[in-house]
Amino acid sequence: MIRLGLRGRGDLAEWRDAARALLRAGVGPGDVEWQVRYDGADLFGLADDPLPPPDPAVPAPTVPAAFLTLADAVICHRDPARFALLYRLLWRVQGERALLSIPSDPDVARAETLEKAIRRDAHKMKAFVRFKEMGLPRDGRRRFAAWFEPDNFIVGRTSGFFQRRFTDMDWIIATPKGSAAWDGRELTLSDQPSAKPDLIDATDDLWRTYFTHIFNPARLKVQAMQSQMPKKYWKNLPEADLIPDLIAGAEDRMREMIDREATQPKPFHHRIRERE
Amino acid sequence: MAKSLKQRLAILSDAAKYDASCASSGTQRRDSSASGGLGSTEGMGICHAYAPDGRCISLLKILLTNFCIYDCVYCVNRSSSNVERARFTADEVVWLTLEFYRRNYIEGLFLSSGIIRSSDYTMEQLVRVARDLRTLHNFRGYIHLKTIPEAAPQLIEEAGLYADRLSINIELPTDQGIEQFAPQKHPARIRRSMSDLSLKIEAAKEPTLKTKRRQRFAPGGQSTQMIVGVDGATDATILGSSVDLYSRFRLRRVYYSAFSPIPDASSALPLSRPPLMREHRLYQADWLYRFYGFDVAEITSVRADGNLELDIDPKLAWALANRDRFPVDVNRAEKEMLLRVPGLGTISVPSILSARRHKRLRLDDLERLRVSVCKVRPFIMAEGWSPLRLTDRTDLRELFASKPQQLSLFG
Ligand code: SF4
Repeated sequence: MIRLGLRGRGDLAEWRDAARALLRAGVGPGDVEWQVRYDGADLFGLADDPLPPPDPAVPAPTVPAAFLTLADAVICHRDPARFALLYRLLWRVQGERALLSIPSDPDVARAETLEKAIRRDAHKMKAFVRFKEMGLPRDGRRRFAAWFEPDNFIVGRTSGFFQRRFTDMDWIIATPKGSAAWDGRELTLSDQPSAKPDLIDATDDLWRTYFTHIFNPARLKVQAMQSQMPKKYWKNLPEADLIPDLIAGAEDRMREMIDREATQPKPFHHRIRERE
Repeated sequence: MAKSLKQRLAILSDAAKYDASCASSGTQRRDSSASGGLGSTEGMGICHAYAPDGRCISLLKILLTNFCIYDCVYCVNRSSSNVERARFTADEVVWLTLEFYRRNYIEGLFLSSGIIRSSDYTMEQLVRVARDLRTLHNFRGYIHLKTIPEAAPQLIEEAGLYADRLSINIELPTDQGIEQFAPQKHPARIRRSMSDLSLKIEAAKEPTLKTKRRQRFAPGGQSTQMIVGVDGATDATILGSSVDLYSRFRLRRVYYSAFSPIPDASSALPLSRPPLMREHRLYQADWLYRFYGFDVAEITSVRADGNLELDIDPKLAWALANRDRFPVDVNRAEKEMLLRVPGLGTISVPSILSARRHKRLRLDDLERLRVSVCKVRPFIMAEGWSPLRLTDRTDLRELFASKPQQLSLFG
């Protein structure tokens, strides 16, 4: 049994290097124990086993492109079993070439479930990151910072999106699972946990005004809202603490609209209508 | 006293919320990495927040002004209404859009307006906002402009150059409805404008002979909105009218908006309002028509009165009315028929087709394809599974009908 520890913070190369060596040495999925190595863990004697040398009898492994795309997402998941799952798939796909096109296969189904979770997590990050302005512009560029708490190690994956979109401003997105920063020239990534920046942005107040008034109290659908914007995101959304009051007041506001008698139009209306 | 920006934002978003569209998808892909500007559209639209009405907030959806010289009975901004009025300058809308965008609150702007002075004047203001965003501020986010049917052609041309999507609301499903409830609007003119837009949108997709370059004109296409429950139109009439719009003008979307109480409503409005469920069923039926190969007549003929069932969805209603077409064998049936099985959809059907090339599918295979087995079971055959004949079951409707809606909204 070979025991391997990976940091597993969304870096495919780390896993791929180990997996390639194992595959070329002919080590089957049942003979590897994958672990997550926390920083400093080797202090407690959790040293990795050395990677075995390649076995000349093992043919050069092949990896379908679809596998790499899948692995690139799955590796970002926080599930500790992801390394072993991917290795099992990699091992099996050497013989079962069509494996990835059988979505009902339990390993494939599991990998696709993880991939889907990553896609959702990344999508929610693109949606719910909120930038706050940090003081005055520097060298003519405005500066923003955001704090976000993703479920998985997706900061690297989504950073390109923010770079392509918020190109003319400096920004940093800090999360407990790493950070990304852009200064107009370079995108800097880190997989170290960041501290939460403490910022206040006056424009949040206008956004809260918008959120309050775009809501139609006559069409309350709390469940629909919560399934798309689960409560776990609320604490970092500047608009979310308005929600309970909007819900509580909705029925009264609707009643008021229904019960109100029709009013008489202002003179403005009559003047226009006379011109017709 | 002059109203602050914040007060006007409140009034003009209140005025805009009855437009259901907030879509930011389906336009060209672009970003700012080459221009060094601000904004991108990368295929899928993004909902940056959800209001407690369950609606996606993707765009800053506001009116430039809610003053209006028209008097559409159902509208909160009609000239006879006594709601508070306000107006933004074009610069203020530009500023709000950019500042909201920078904070990642939104994908872009959906700008509409009451008609002030004249159609051309109003359209000119809308176009100015879009032009400034694109040319002065290098903004590459999403822009949706409401189009005033009577506006001059060169204004429409310019609008299409800067906007991703243009829309003209048809408002009501029948011409008589429009004449009765939107007396200043002209159904023929609305349709002519939609047709003009559609020709321009199609033409812009072809590279021109001379320059070999594509012209830009509303790459996200056009959409429209119909208000449900103001006139007496049945669902069959409404959907028939949508099909007509989809096929004649290649609309991307028809939005349905169940007419809901508005502040200072006109006494000419019907007293009872349609259940929100009706709107939901219309969207489902619209979906079945566009993506599932259903004919609208198949869906709307289930009931004699031409309305959709409220307690079960239109696909299930069709299945129950056509029990002789079931069970469907998931290991052999054609794609078209699989799509008609209640509980299977445009995501699971391709997975089934792919998986069954390699093995005969059982119920637990379907489960792994994330199909809700308890829902589809009565309608399918699979390896090791054949259901009771549907024609022998009397309890199916009860099995699926949604629980009666609670009166209190907070239960
Ligand atoms: S034209 Fe009609 S629908 Fe549009 S804002 Fe004016 S009154 Fe409302």
